[in-house]
Amino acid sequence: MIKTSALGWVNRMQRLQGLLRKEFLQIVRDPSSIAIAFVMPMVLLLLFGYGVSLNARNVPVALVIDQPSGVAADFAGSFRQSEYLSVVQLPNMHVGKRALRAHRVDAVIHLRSQFAREVQAGRSAPIQVLLNGVDANTARIIRGYIEGSLSRWLQQRAERQGQQAARPVMLASRIWFNANVRSRNYLVPGLIAVIMTLIGAMLTALVVAREWERGTMEALMVTPVTIGEVLLGKLLPYFLLGMGGMATSVAMALWLFDVPLRGSVWVLFAVSAVFMLAALGMGLLISVSSRSQFVAGQAAIVSTFLPAFLLSGFIFDIHSMTGPIRLLTYLVPARYFVSFLQTGFLAGDVWPVIFVDVSALAIMAAILLGITLRRSRKRLD
Amino acid sequence: MTLAKAQPILEAREVTRTFRSGRRCITALASVNLAIFHDGVVGLIGPDGAGKTTFMRLAAGLLRPDSGEIRIQGVSTRDQALTIQSRIGYMPQRFGLYTDLTVRENLDLYADLQGVAPARRSARYDALMQMTGLGAFQRRLAGKLSGGMKQKLGLACTLVQPKELLLLDEPTVGVDPVSRRELWQIIDRLVEQEQITVLLSTAYMDEAERCRYVFVLNNGCVLSHGEPQALCSRMQGHGYAASAPGMHRRALQGHLVRAPGVLDAVIEREWLRVVTEPTLTPERLKGRAGVPGLELNPLPARFEDAFIAEFRAVSSRWRTTVSGWTPLQPDGGLETVIQVNALERRFGDFQAVRDLSFEVYRGEIFGLLGANGAGKSTTFRMLCGLLPPSSGELSVGGVDLRRASAAARARIGYVSQSFALYGQLTVTQNLRFFANIYNLRGGRRRERIDWALDGFELRALANVDAEDLSLGFKQRLALATALLHQPEILFLDEPTSGVDPLARREFWELINALAEYGVTVLVTTHFMEEADYCDRLVIMAGGQLLALGTPESIKRQVAGGRSELPSMEEAFITLVESPQEELR
Repeated sequence: MIKTSALGWVNRMQRLQGLLRKEFLQIVRDPSSIAIAFVMPMVLLLLFGYGVSLNARNVPVALVIDQPSGVAADFAGSFRQSEYLSVVQLPNMHVGKRALRAHRVDAVIHLRSQFAREVQAGRSAPIQVLLNGVDANTARIIRGYIEGSLSRWLQQRAERQGQQAARPVMLASRIWFNANVRSRNYLVPGLIAVIMTLIGAMLTALVVAREWERGTMEALMVTPVTIGEVLLGKLLPYFLLGMGGMATSVAMALWLFDVPLRGSVWVLFAVSAVFMLAALGMGLLISVSSRSQFVAGQAAIVSTFLPAFLLSGFIFDIHSMTGPIRLLTYLVPARYFVSFLQTGFLAGDVWPVIFVDVSALAIMAAILLGITLRRSRKRLD
Repeated sequence: MTLAKAQPILEAREVTRTFRSGRRCITALASVNLAIFHDGVVGLIGPDGAGKTTFMRLAAGLLRPDSGEIRIQGVSTRDQALTIQSRIGYMPQRFGLYTDLTVRENLDLYADLQGVAPARRSARYDALMQMTGLGAFQRRLAGKLSGGMKQKLGLACTLVQPKELLLLDEPTVGVDPVSRRELWQIIDRLVEQEQITVLLSTAYMDEAERCRYVFVLNNGCVLSHGEPQALCSRMQGHGYAASAPGMHRRALQGHLVRAPGVLDAVIEREWLRVVTEPTLTPERLKGRAGVPGLELNPLPARFEDAFIAEFRAVSSRWRTTVSGWTPLQPDGGLETVIQVNALERRFGDFQAVRDLSFEVYRGEIFGLLGANGAGKSTTFRMLCGLLPPSSGELSVGGVDLRRASAAARARIGYVSQSFALYGQLTVTQNLRFFANIYNLRGGRRRERIDWALDGFELRALANVDAEDLSLGFKQRLALATALLHQPEILFLDEPTSGVDPLARREFWELINALAEYGVTVLVTTHFMEEADYCDRLVIMAGGQLLALGTPESIKRQVAGGRSELPSMEEAFITLVESPQEELR
């Protein structure tokens, strides 16, 4: 009973075709995988696209003027023009401090009674600024806005008085890549990495565990199917599903959130495909060691989804992490993909960046899939 | 009969396999030797935990033996699992059907995986569909099939490529009697038409008698083997139908079960089936039993007698004393404890229970029988107050449990099919937890926990995690937790499913004793022989009541004018298949 290799090949293709057809039918009929692949990305994109903004705009600021005067009114007027600040005037510091404590305002600017006198006399006139420092980053940003408004007021004042302020240094700032400083422009591309991790790793880990739980895997194991075919039968459908989720996200990014795509679409899809393989590798590796959907779900969240969220640089800047944590980020595939996505969307095809990111992703995908194939056995023990 | 000179199709030599569970090492199989020849259906008989499934998985190459070897047609499972898997058919206990796929799509998948050439498929499918009777359901999703149909589809998927050896791991577990009979017809036909050798594992004793050869497995060892008739014949002449005028079968059982020399005494039909040691003559038994007017009529031996005799020799029995209940007053009359009136339950447009009415009296053992999907679990859940009825009335102990106070609920004990135990807690911790739930405190709590540990022989296992217990012990513990607070009403949902015959006997001894003390017991089961333990029962099918009454009256109803009463299983099948079906 020696089979010719041609017949072996026919049987192999037939088995793979059977597995693929089964998987597609299951995906189509079971709403949960469709939900994870298409609805979840939409929900996440809508939440992050519309809900989360790292821009500080219309920051509520209280202004307390102890003694009204022309100078103080001029000062207040200048602050009201700022698009970043939303100024309310409060009668005294007591009320101002209370508003700060009650989170009604994020900062209090205090002009003391001698302010106008000192300014007119040309002496230095100290201003008190109280900031809510609980969120240190935001506090720093608001301080920057206030200082900016202050220096603009000083400059306008000087010009009105006909004195050309002696300014040895001129600051002409220009923001590259994201000229409008819209946080959405880098959040949305980064989010695509998180979404693809979710589909690739979590969905795959769950569906394999489901086969163990329902006993279908045991029935598969005693057929002549090889473990490689079983893995390929999972890899291909979820690769396509993941790329579908990816295409949905990109379309939403471009048409709904007006995120510019400066790089090439083809490069975007090619690199995404490599990342998808790494994500699927993680999912399949989890599924090798866990046979219950509950454990697989937990493992996928802790080992893939959360790192993709926290350690990829998608929201939290990798450069401001401490040393050991920063080292850890090198092990997170999403880190390279986020870096590629943010570059690809906002800057264009920067080949040195693409080369580094793609190489890292390809190595990771090869390692993860390799370990999975080695560790999978057609046995129950 | 056996072609001893031929090469065995399956041969196991000194097969040992252990599993690690936490810190404990469990030996599933210990030096098992057996050989199977081309011989029709060969049975692997044994209680739960005997090692049947492990042996099947080893034979299918899904597990490796720690030592020893299994060869199938001369090929070792150890290093040539793939070769073996292309030669055998294996149906695991829970066959993995893809529930989102239709019957036909499941078949297609396994035809692809088994390498059935497309040209040969339609003929094979036709044969399988005809054999299983699934032809009309080819486009139905597998998840929407009944339990019996699922098993048949599993069998069809396994057989999509003809094989010489078929391994079936407990194919009839959880399957109703009608489907069970049909499955056996399919298997018999396969053996006849396709010359297949079938190795079938089962815990049902009556199925052993349908095998051509059996291996009895216990604790990972082959206890005995041979043709079932040969094993039976050893017990020939030691079985009697015992009855005593004016004495309830249950009371008689209480007398006889502990008489020295009695191996087995179970309620069966209208009598008590007693099996004795060969040395005990009927005259001496009458003398020992001390029951006036005891009649003993010889019964033909059956396989279960041999099985029980083998097992009595190697395992201990537990003897629970019923303590803490006050005996039922004999003059109490009939006091209605559970009342169900025109009960209905719909799920969407599916009518799970329709127009159900019955009453249960104090101290009664009341059975709810039915095939899978007959509506007995739904009824059960409504009675326990876990599910609101769509319409109709019900009261348990005078109240509707859905609206009852904690005090009213404390009169109820409940053992669910899945045994509500905390796996990571030890036996004692589980008992303590349930004692606290039922507000037992101080000395009384200690007293009841001691009762449970001693009465159920759990003392030696007091510090073992519940998840590491065998199924029989899990059942004991679950029952103990349900009885800690001395309930007046006991709900048992399929309490003996998967439990071996010995444990089942001991379980029923205790339930009988409780009923004597006035505890009302409501039990669901699909073991038809257990129906004979009930005082009264209802048989349900398609959500409605088919029959209500004592086991005897139901059988009489089915028998019509015949004097010979059918067994409960026969009665059940007749009832379910009778033209009342048009009401569905």
